[in-house]
Parts: sequence; structure tokens; C-alpha cells
Amino acid sequence: MLGIDPTKIAFFAEVLVSGLLSGVLYALVALGFVLIFKASGVFNFAQGAMVLVAGLALVRAFGWLEASMPFWLALPLAIIFAGAVMTGIAWAVERFVLRKLVNQTALTLFMATIGISFVLEGLGQQIFGAQVYKLDLGLPRDNLFALESLFDGGILLNKLDLWSAVLAAVLVAALVIFFQKTRMGRALRAVADDHSAAQSVGIPLTRVWFVVWTVAGLVAIAAASIWGSKVGVQFSLVFVSLKALPVIILGGLTSIPGAIVGGLLIGAGEKLAEVYLGPSVGGGIEQWFAYVVALVVLLVRPQGLFGDRIIERI
Amino acid sequence: MTVMSAPMTFAVPSLCSPHAVSSGTPTDHAGAAACCLLEIDRVSLRFGGIKALNDVSFDIRSGEIRAIIGPNGAGKTSMLNCINGFYRPSSGHIVFEGVRRTHTRPSIAARGGIARTFQNVALFKGMTVLDNIMTGRALKIRSGILKQLIRFGPALSEEIEHRRKVEEIIEFLEIQAIRKTPVGKLPYGLQKRVELGRALAMEPRLLLLDEPMAGMNLEEKEDMSRFIVEVNRTYRTTITLIEHDIGVVMNLSDRIVVLDHGCKIADGTPAEIKSNQQVIEAYLGVGG
Repeated sequence: MLGIDPTKIAFFAEVLVSGLLSGVLYALVALGFVLIFKASGVFNFAQGAMVLVAGLALVRAFGWLEASMPFWLALPLAIIFAGAVMTGIAWAVERFVLRKLVNQTALTLFMATIGISFVLEGLGQQIFGAQVYKLDLGLPRDNLFALESLFDGGILLNKLDLWSAVLAAVLVAALVIFFQKTRMGRALRAVADDHSAAQSVGIPLTRVWFVVWTVAGLVAIAAASIWGSKVGVQFSLVFVSLKALPVIILGGLTSIPGAIVGGLLIGAGEKLAEVYLGPSVGGGIEQWFAYVVALVVLLVRPQGLFGDRIIERI
Repeated sequence: MTVMSAPMTFAVPSLCSPHAVSSGTPTDHAGAAACCLLEIDRVSLRFGGIKALNDVSFDIRSGEIRAIIGPNGAGKTSMLNCINGFYRPSSGHIVFEGVRRTHTRPSIAARGGIARTFQNVALFKGMTVLDNIMTGRALKIRSGILKQLIRFGPALSEEIEHRRKVEEIIEFLEIQAIRKTPVGKLPYGLQKRVELGRALAMEPRLLLLDEPMAGMNLEEKEDMSRFIVEVNRTYRTTITLIEHDIGVVMNLSDRIVVLDHGCKIADGTPAEIKSNQQVIEAYLGVGG
């Protein structure tokens, strides 16, 4: 460390950590994409809309319940309500859309999810209102200073970011175990690889799709509650999903760990780029840095860091 | 030509008249149930204006190897797809183990004991050989999801039991060396073998094989034939297979049904089929 100003190191660490923490949020949304892609081979365009609907359901139910009961009761009830809404959506999507499209091409299914996203955006705002709602789930929002003994003044951290990181870690651990260790997990992977083959060994396609859309809906609730706490529940949550695109391209569309690592890399990368490269090119890098990374990844390693390499025999 | 002198008992009018009777096997419903595992009863399948299957009837007896042959586009795979529920027949019935249905769903057929392989290998490419075959056990796992997660008590012994069964199949098919290899990396012949393994893991009562030897070299074909015969003998599994290699079909099967343009044109033992004039015409395109 000789010759380097310790405050510069502390500053670097601060930028890095805050980037990693915002990367966790990207990863949360990316997870929803990866889950559905893994289990049905469908790129789910409606994931952003699902985050919006989950957020709206949560914030409206919470606001209404909180008026008549204590906070500790209102919060779980609101989460259960949002869970029920997402389960209902999963059921409806399977029943009225996917079931009709068994054994269709991935492109057909993708187009169907675009339709689903419009329906969800419209219905969600019709039912729950289209204003910006403030979401306060009682998570701490104040800042704290870490590693004060190491650096003068320590590193500035936001507690909300830390909590979301913890939440994401728990979610990912649960999902990985679910996918790797249970019969349903194996069934999900099987369906992702080959619809007909999965059906022929007796895996009920319809139930698998229902389960995976439900799980993606629950992940959307987690993403919505964190994002909602940060920026409020509003229509722009739909566009959060756009930030997840470079994340899954970098991490690989089929990998849960890839979604996490991709999220962290993109989050840290764009913050560091903004701070250290930004001034020399006039700033504003943060907005497009992730997409440039995604473009480079597509050129060099199309399957992403952790994705499966798919070779089609022709 | 010796074929000319052969009896014509198995010829059915080429117009596929609706009451074409399959000769040689009893098809009256009262008496047939005892010996027949599966009975196809006047099944037709239409896609728009195209008749993929036209009033086809035949049966599959318990414990036999039954082949379905015919030129390309004859409706062989469509037939299998009807049996395991991928397609829904436009008319007719399928009687499996005494239960009469117009149509079924793949997951229900699987639960009923019908397993199949596909013309183009349909494996779970991202998974290892072991995991692929393990999916064949999907219907047999009984313990709940939580118990599976913590691997406790009955769930653990159940998992061990399933693994034991799968290892038995792996050994039977002589693929021990590749059990941890992702199937996408395997050569074609081995993939076909893994696919057979997955079907066997279901412990089916009826095994449908759609061109199990397509694209294989002679040695691989011999291996596959040996496995099919052994499965039939040791597990007493009834097998229905589609195959283009006539030599293989004649050697393997107990009885053969011949389809052409969606119609059944012959049904009988290999010897009978070999000498059937209509079959020869269908294959060589002679006359009309």
C-alpha cells in the first residue's frame, strides 16, 4: 500500500461495494428471467410487468391493512396477499396461454409473453391504481460506516442495500437447493430441455409450468419490495427488467449463479466505470455501460459466463 | 417368384374400407381383453385435409415384440403419438389394459406404464446420463418435497432405492463409464442407448421405440438389438417398435403390422409379411 493514499483506497472500496449492492438488485430481477427460461425454454418478456404487479399488490394491500391492524401483522398478510396474486397470475398464464402452446417454438412462446406483459401492466394498474406509491416495509434506510478502524472515516454503506443483499442470498440458496435436490427441480430442468421427452416420462408439463411461474412470481415480489422501497412502486419498475437483460447475457441465460455473478459484475462495473472512466469521456457512462458489456459478451462468448453452450447439429 | 404363391390372407383392400378386419388376431372386444395389452380400434387421425391414419386396427399382446413398419409418411410415428397421448385420434378407440379411451394425455399414459423413445433423440441435454435416467423415476418418487430437501428417513432410503434401480439399468446397458457425462457430449449411438435407459427406468409395461436404430452403424445396431431382446426377455416388457431396417425387424419381432399412407395393409408374423404381395408393392412402388 506504499505510495497509495489510503483515502483513495477507501473511496475505491466504497464505489465498489455500492456497485456490488446495486448489482444484487439487478440480480434479483435477472433471477426471475433465468428461472422461467431454465424451466420452459421461454424468454419471459413479462418479468418486468410481474415485478410491477407484485409491487402494486403488495403496496396497496399493505397500505389498506396497516390502517386497521399493527404493522407486524399487516406486513405478512400483505406479502401473503401479493403471493396469492402472483399464484393466480401463474395459474391463469398456464391455463389460458401456455397450455395452448405446448410443443410450439420458443419464438411463439416469447411472443406470447409479450402479450402477457401488456395484459399484466394494464390490468395491474387498472385494479391497483397507477400512481406512485411509497413502500415502507420497515427496513432500515439509514447509512452506516464500516471498517472505520482500517480507513479514516470508514466506508459509507446503506443498510437497505445490505438487507437486500441478505435477502437475495437467501433466495438464491433456496432456489439452487430446490433445483438440484428435489424431484420437482429435476422435472423443471427436464422440461426446459425437451417438452415431449419430459411428457413421455410422465412429467405433467402443465403443473411444472404453473410451479415455475409461481416461483418467478415470488421472486418478483422480493424484487418489487426492494426496488419499491428504493424508488417507490410505480410504472417504471417495468423498465427495471431492462437492466436485467445485460445481466443475464453476461451471466448466461440458464444459470442461477450466473444471474448473481452477472448482476454483481454489472453493478460494480458500471459504478466503477462511471467514477473512474466517466470524467475522461464526459460522464454518463452508467446508463449504457452494461449494454456495451453485454454486446462484447455476445461477440466473444455468446453463452455467457456460466450458460450452457448449445450446439445444434444440422 | 415364390412370393406369388403365398397365401393372401393378410391382404386388406388398399382403399382402407372402414370395416377392414385385421386377420389372424381376434379383435372382438369380449374375448380379446385377456391376451391383449393394447388394442387399437379403428383409429383415424386427420390433420386438416390430410389423413395421417385411416381406420387402423391392430392389437399388441402381452410380452411380445410388435413392429410397425411402412414407407416414409405411412403414419407409424403418428400411431405411437396416439398411443402415448401426444396426438388425439379424430375417431376410434385405444384400449390399454382393458381401459377404453378415445384419447389420453402423455402424463397419464406414462403413469399407466407406457414409456417411449423418440425418432430424433429427445434427451435432457444439459443433464448427465445418470440424471437423465433418473428422470424416468419421476413418477415413482413418493416422498414430499420438504422431505426430499432435507433427505430424511424414508425420503433418503427412497432416493437410495431409486439410485440402485438406475444403476442396475446403467449396468444393463453397459454405460457405466459415462454415467456422469452430460448427454449432449455423447455420440449419437450412446445417446440412443441413454434414451432407452430413461424409458426402462419407468419400468414400463409397454415400451414404444421409434426407430431405435436409425443412424446407427452395424455394430451399434447389433448392440441395440441385443438390448431390446434382453429387455423383452428379462423384464417381460412388451415392446412396440418402428424400424426401417427390414433385416432387423424380421429378426426381432414376433408380429409385424404394415402401414402405408395411413392405412393398415398387412398384419402377421415376419414370414407372412415377407411374402405378402401388397407389402412388396408398397415398398417397391410396383403397380398400385
